[in-house]
Formats: sequence, structure tokens, C-alpha cells
Amino acid sequence: MNVLQFVANLFVNVGAWMGEVLHGWGLSPLWTAIVVKFLAGLVVAGGPLAAVLFLIWYARKVIGRIQDRMGPTNDGTAAGPFALLQAVADAIKMLTKEFIFPHGRDKVVFLIAPVLVVAVAVAIWAVIPFGPPDAGMQFVDLNIGVFYVVALASLTFFSMLMAGWSSHNKYANLGAFRAVSMIVSYEIPQMLALLVPVMLAGTMGMQGLINAQEVPFIVMAPIPALIYFLAMTAEVGRLPFEQAEADAEIVAGYFIEYSGMLFGAFYLAEFINNLSASFVFSVLFLGGWRGPWVEQAPILGLVWLSLKAFLVFSVLTFFWGAMPRLRIDHILGFSWKFLTPLALVMLMVTALVDKIVQIVGERGPSPSVSPWTRAGWLFLANAIVALVTAWVLYQVEKRQRAQREARRFAVVR
Amino acid sequence: MSQYALIGLYFVIAIIFGVAPPLLAWLLSPKKPNRYKGEVYESGLKTFGPTWIRFKPQYYLFALAFLVFDVEAALLLPWAVAYLWLPLYAVIEAILFLLILVIGLVYVWRKGWLTWM
Amino acid sequence: MVTVQQVVFALFALMTVGGAVGVVAARKLFHAALWMILSFFGVAGLYILLEAPFFAALQLFIYIGGVAVLIVMAIMVTRGIMGPKEPVFTYAVGAAGTAFAFLVMLALFIVNVPAWMGSAPTGEVAPDGMRQLGRALVMPSAFLLPFEVASVLLLAVLVGALFIAREKE
Repeated sequence: MNVLQFVANLFVNVGAWMGEVLHGWGLSPLWTAIVVKFLAGLVVAGGPLAAVLFLIWYARKVIGRIQDRMGPTNDGTAAGPFALLQAVADAIKMLTKEFIFPHGRDKVVFLIAPVLVVAVAVAIWAVIPFGPPDAGMQFVDLNIGVFYVVALASLTFFSMLMAGWSSHNKYANLGAFRAVSMIVSYEIPQMLALLVPVMLAGTMGMQGLINAQEVPFIVMAPIPALIYFLAMTAEVGRLPFEQAEADAEIVAGYFIEYSGMLFGAFYLAEFINNLSASFVFSVLFLGGWRGPWVEQAPILGLVWLSLKAFLVFSVLTFFWGAMPRLRIDHILGFSWKFLTPLALVMLMVTALVDKIVQIVGERGPSPSVSPWTRAGWLFLANAIVALVTAWVLYQVEKRQRAQREARRFAVVR
Repeated sequence: MSQYALIGLYFVIAIIFGVAPPLLAWLLSPKKPNRYKGEVYESGLKTFGPTWIRFKPQYYLFALAFLVFDVEAALLLPWAVAYLWLPLYAVIEAILFLLILVIGLVYVWRKGWLTWM
Repeated sequence: MVTVQQVVFALFALMTVGGAVGVVAARKLFHAALWMILSFFGVAGLYILLEAPFFAALQLFIYIGGVAVLIVMAIMVTRGIMGPKEPVFTYAVGAAGTAFAFLVMLALFIVNVPAWMGSAPTGEVAPDGMRQLGRALVMPSAFLLPFEVASVLLLAVLVGALFIAREKE
């Protein structure tokens, strides 16, 4: 086959070629498969790492521009054109910094926390579907796909608690508590919003979710998508929900006492998590690798998915540059008193509407309902809920304002 | 099943990626500990007061409430996967399941147990 | 001939039991919580060996992500940071060891009596197992009642726990 055809289905072809080479060296089929998969795993784990180096630069540039300044520039430094290698320079710097260990720390746990947080951040990528099935672009398609991602994320809370506790520092502990309380509170709306795509697709597997999105789920379920997006922003610790790091309040929170590459590990893990959250959102709500010409050239799936994820990541970056940090009680109140009830209501409404549409459709002329009809009804249901919510919030605001006025005038006797 | 063997392989890779940066840094970095570097960080002041301070139980409260809703959401996962093939009354039953917990949430909210301060 | 499955089983079993021993033997309470998490990991691994990946993920999600976090936060709230090392209870080790040996022998005995052990369920795990589980949870002929009762139970837990832990006026 010619070069274009080779590249079109790149990963399968490279894998086959490597398999032949290894077989030629005398490895048994089993070991060949293991080695090829191992190398594939290195690519899947290393790709996001390389992408993150670029994304750190991108984020700093964007935030700089939002703040009316240039961001990293290349004024006679060795940071490459437009300072593209800035993140690489930072990484090299961090690798050569001395480890400063606080005296009272718990030696073992202190070291486990940064290792764990990076390992978990990397482990999530095993199920991300970069392309259509059978194109060698997903490390493994577990049928508990999204649940695997969510379950692993719960290990991140642990590494925060471990970091905070083992540092033997009040502020680290306090930071860990606040971060964990916040993340745990947003895990619920995230799970509940996640149930909606799972429901509409009938599977938790990543490829299955993409398969069911002839109409992207963001059209069928815009409110759950919004809830998931906000909850995800909190989970990855992005402003306005940045309690974990909270620069000006508790000076880096639970990782105060970490210096050099140990801090670098947390920073790296945070960016990797941002990226994986963007990818997961793209799979769940934006149709994953779907796009024009993917059937002919599966490698385009990688391109489409990356573009969508990059878009989501950009939105997260804009949040970072443009929003202030919310107070912890506001953050928790927003989750428990707004997002969770809304997510519960949306779950119920979507379940009901979709089932009714399905049943009515089955009685009609054709056996099944066209995806666009279904999408239309679901979108309408979402719109109605949005209007009702807006009206409820307006009433609440009116009542609160009346109370404030009453209090003000009550002082005058 | 072989899928999970692959996951196991990937976990090994993930752990390697987790251990590599600190290890590399430890090899490359200078090691000159002294007394002042190891002090507890408190914005440049000496620590006053014991490092044991009382934490608000509210942190714990939110983790508790989280656990209850966690289990609820997890119980709903199988239902969500089966949803497309379920009859209407199954949807009603799930709504009932959710309503019971919504009532709980509203009750706890009205009693003021979900406030921070 | 030792199969791969047996080796993996031994590994996860060791994690589970070793973690449990670590919980009891740890000098610091926080370490005990960490050993407990290792034990939970072992259980999750055992679920995977039983071809029930959903339950393995559930174990990670609820036990490690919920119960263990709760326990650790309780430890941190009540013990402050890095409490003093607690002494290992060494006086009862002899008794504990004897009891353990006895239980192991009892278990080995029971396992080898064919009349008491039914035959293990053979048969493939259905590929659409999750769907069947979901169906079973809402079928009146299957597990509907426990499903709804579970929600009432969760309600009781929520209200009860927050009542106990509420801020007293």
C-alpha cells in the first residue's frame, strides 16, 4: 500500500510491522504481542505528557494575553521560538532543584503521594478512544469505560489527603481538607450528570458512547453537559473552584511543603488531569472521534478528538484567566444546593421523556425513532427545565432582596 | 479477562511514569540539608501554637453526605446501562428511588445542616 | 503446573490479607488507613479475577473513594496531625496466632468436604451482564424491593448521620 494508505490506518499498520520485525527476531507470538502492547502503552502514556508540555505554554500565553501582557517570550533566552520550549525549560529546572524535606514529615507517605497522583493521572488514558474500534487507537476498550475513569479519580483525593497529612504543617492539612471536601462535593453532580449519556447510549464503554452519538449528546442533554462541565472544572481544581491550590489564601494548600520535582509532579498531574477531563468530556458529549472522513482514514479520528478536547481545554484555560476564586462555602453551596438537585431533576426528566418518546415512536409508522426526533424532544425538555430553573432562581433572588431590604429598614425605629 | 491483564500492564507503565520524575530529580539535584530549610512553612514566621488545631466537623459532614449519594449514583449505574431496554414502569421505579433521596436532601438542607459556617 | 491465574490470585489474596494485617499492626493510625486501602485494592483484584469488573470499579469508587476517605478524615479531625505513635499490642499475639491457625485449619477442613460445598456456578458471564443486572434491579420479580428499600436505607443514613454530626446551636 502507498504512504497515504499506510498513514490512514497508522497504528494498526505500525503495530503489524513491529510485530513482524519482532517475530523475525525469533520471539514467540505471545511475547511479540506483549512487547507491542507495552510499546503502545508507552506511547499512550507519553503522548499526553508531551502534549502537556505544549499546553502549559499555551495556557500561560492565553492567560498572559487575557491579563494584557505577553506571557512567556523569547528575549534572548534559550526557550525556542515564541518561547515554545518554556515548559521544557521549567521541567529541567525542576528536575535539578534540591529536595527540601520538612523535619516532621512522614517519610514514606510524603513520597508516595506525588508518585500516586501522577500514576493515576496517567492510568486514566488507557481507555481513551482516540479512534474507531479496530484501528489500534485505544489501549483497551473496557466495558466499564467511564466508570473506570471515575473510580480512578477517587484515588486522587487520597493522594491529596496523604500529601496534606504527611507534611506536618497546619496549612497543608487545612488545604487538604478543603480540597477534598470540595472535590467530593462535586463528584456527585458529576456522577449524576454522567449517568445521562450512559443512559442514552446504553453502555459505559467509551466506544459504545461514541457509537451512540449520531447526534452529539450535548444537543440531546445540554443541561447535564453543563453540569458535568462545571463539576469537572471543580474536580480538576480549575478556577473558579480552585480550593486545592488557592494561591493567595493558603499558599498552595496541601502541597506547601513539597519542593522541586515533587511539586512538579503535582503540577504535572494537574495538567494531565485537565487534559484527560477535556478528552472525557469530548467523548461523552461532543461525539468523540466522530468527524468527516473517519471511515476512510481512522487516524483522522485522533485529529477530531484532539481538536474537540483542545477546544474544551481552551475553555478551561479561559476560566483560569478570567475568573476569580469563589469562597469555599459558596462553592459547596453551589454544588449541594444547585448542581445536585438540578442533576437529579435532569436525570428524572431525561429518563421520562426519552422513554415516552421511545414508546410513542414504537407505536408509530416506523419501528424506531430517528435520532434527530429524539434529540429534538430531549432538547425541548432541557429548555423547559432551564426556563423553570431560571424562574425559580429569580423568585429566590426576589425573596432574598426583599429580606435584605426589610432588615435594612428594620433598624430605623 | 485478557483486557484486565492489559490494564495491569498499563498500570505498571503508569507507575513507572509516576516514579520516574522524582527519581530523576533525586539523582540530578544537590543535597545540602540544613536546619533552616527543614522548618515548617508558615509564611516566614516561626510556628506558634502546636501543630494540632481543631478542625471543623463540617468537612466531615460533606464527606458523609457524599458517601450516601455516591452509593446512590453507583446503584443507578446498572439501571442506566439497561435503560434503553427497560419498560416505562422501570423508569417510574427509578424516579421513586431518586425522589426518596431528593426528599432527604431537601430535609437536610432545610434543617440547615448543609451550611458551612 | 502453576497457572497464571493462580499466581495472580495469590498476589491479590496476599494484598488483601497483608493489608488487613497491616491495619492492625500499624504504629500510626493514618498508616492503618493506608493498609486498609491496600486491602481494598486486593479485594478489587479478586473481583476482576471473578470476571466482575463492575464490582471491582465499585470497590474502588465506594470503598476507597468514599469509606476510606471518610475514615481518614475522621482520623485527621479527631487526632490532629500526625498523632503520636501508638504502641503495638503485643500481649495478645500468641492468642491471636493460635486463633488464626485454628480458623485456617477449620476452613481447609470445610473446603474439602464435598457434601458441604455445592458445585461452583459454571457457565459464562454474559457479555451483557451489566444490562441484565440493571434489568434485575427493577423487575418486581427480581430485586425491585431491595432496590427501593436500599434507597430508604440511604435516606436514613443521610438524615441520621447529618443529625449526629450537625453543628449544635
